[in-house]
Amino acid sequence: MTPGPASLLAAQVRAGERSAQEVVQRHLDALARIDPELHAFVTVLEDQALAAAAAVDTVVAAGRDPGPLAGVPVAVKDNMCTRGVRTTCSSRILEHWHPPYDATVVERLAAAGAVVIGKTNLDEFAMGSSTENSAFGPTRNPHDPSRVPGGSSGGSAAAVAAGLAPLGLGSDTGGSIRQPAALCGVVGMKPTYGTVSRYGLVAFASSLDQIGPFARTVSDAALLFDVIGGHDPMDSTSLDRPPPRTASVTGDGVDGCRVGVVRELYEDAEPAVRAAVSAAAESLARVGAVIEECSIPEVRHALPAYYLLAPAEASSNLARYDGVRYGLRVDAPDVESMNAATRAAGFGAEVKRRVMLGTYALSAGYYDAYYGQAQKVRTLIIDAFKRAYEQVDALLGATTPTTAFAIGDRVQDPWAMYLSDVFSVPSNLSGDPAVSVPFGSDDAGLPIGVQVLAPALGEPMVVRVGAVLEAAAPTLGQPRLADRALLAGSWEPS
Amino acid sequence: MGERLTREDAAYVARLARIQLSEEELDRYAEQLADVLEHAAAVAALDTEGVRPTSHPLPLRNVMRRDEVWPCLDRDVVLAEAPAAEDGRFRVPRILGEPL
Repeated sequence: MTPGPASLLAAQVRAGERSAQEVVQRHLDALARIDPELHAFVTVLEDQALAAAAAVDTVVAAGRDPGPLAGVPVAVKDNMCTRGVRTTCSSRILEHWHPPYDATVVERLAAAGAVVIGKTNLDEFAMGSSTENSAFGPTRNPHDPSRVPGGSSGGSAAAVAAGLAPLGLGSDTGGSIRQPAALCGVVGMKPTYGTVSRYGLVAFASSLDQIGPFARTVSDAALLFDVIGGHDPMDSTSLDRPPPRTASVTGDGVDGCRVGVVRELYEDAEPAVRAAVSAAAESLARVGAVIEECSIPEVRHALPAYYLLAPAEASSNLARYDGVRYGLRVDAPDVESMNAATRAAGFGAEVKRRVMLGTYALSAGYYDAYYGQAQKVRTLIIDAFKRAYEQVDALLGATTPTTAFAIGDRVQDPWAMYLSDVFSVPSNLSGDPAVSVPFGSDDAGLPIGVQVLAPALGEPMVVRVGAVLEAAAPTLGQPRLADRALLAGSWEPS
Repeated sequence: MGERLTREDAAYVARLARIQLSEEELDRYAEQLADVLEHAAAVAALDTEGVRPTSHPLPLRNVMRRDEVWPCLDRDVVLAEAPAAEDGRFRVPRILGEPL
């Protein structure tokens, strides 16, 4: 199979054909030209990125191994800690916070020779599906700047789609990697819970949060997953065994694989999306997969259960923003009114709604009816997936019910916004891996994503199926906001 | 699921969550939260008799490590991010309710 742009760049840097500094400078130039309109980035790390690239070049010149991602620019969602570089979560409350340590994934990127070129925009504290909940303004969809890029990791998705970085990191609590990947026409993977360390990821809903890769090809996403995955003693929920390797099996094909097309994961989608799922299933059948229609009715309960569980966990996790140890403080005569004034000024509307919703779901008299009940429904969903995987190796559905919607369309109606996640939250509740792969576009040329799901530690299966779909997918039009030369992988040294 | 969330309920959870709200915000959030809860009530109606709750996708156990001394973050580095610090500690306004 053809190598992706990240893999190609790393090979060129490792072979000394291009310098890491040239690669990084070229991407920074594109960023400076395109990002004022795109607004994918909250903070650009020009000096640090060029210094890191110079260090990679020194290693190459010395004949040592610069790592599998040598010189590859990476766009990192701004809810992952970067030492000495502000990490805002796109929130006023952390606008000027400089973490004193790096997230484990950031350390692993550096160890692999990758270069973080900037921190990307998100819905505040990763709560949202459009990146409109950023305190710093929305990110635009590269395919249509009047539309949202999805969210919450909309900045990373848009940056990768526009060519500003071949790789990105996002976090996925209810679809926050896969949904923007689908809306921006890139690949996004949510790995199995526990395979990628969450140390240094600002917590939203700890039993659901998972860091994962964005890339323009499935093989590049696999390469990045292999770099960031693995046990970390600093994360008590990190799996104590190595995650499966994925880059080496991406091209293995699906001959004989049994793939279930899940009715509940596409039938309420708009017609173009449903058609894409059917075409995707047919393309798998053509290369030897055994396709079965299936139904997992419990999946229908995932969205309401999620919107009780995630806010409940968030209300607890966000209690730490109290104006005492870091972040914003609004002065008041006593500590309780200082807390309340600080949180009123520091949190945006969606964060306030979710914290209040979660507080309600956990409060005396409602705990059993809401939170406790949602936890039991989570068990029903997990058991239903287990039964499905007794019959098939992977599941197929749509990533999102619609293509990218217009900026402003859903901000007044929280439930309408939450419906964007209806096909993605089941995998967060189950903890299983899933990948979104671009599969054509609608009549307006907006990208459509299809989703491949597998049981826990089934990353090899999702990338194999994903790569076959990628090869069969109809060609997607070029994004309007993009660096065409970088997307094509061909540019002259500056 | 029972009665619709009221403005008083919203004011109560805002107080529990330590979020100061204006009257206008309270009106708006009370409506929006009530709407979301009506959708969420779909799960409340399901029969889950005998189903165990899941708090976490992994079978979690306490993680033990050797009791070894590691370097940790320098106190001054940590306090540098605090809104107010004094004598190596976080400085906060009055905590107790009684008059000084």
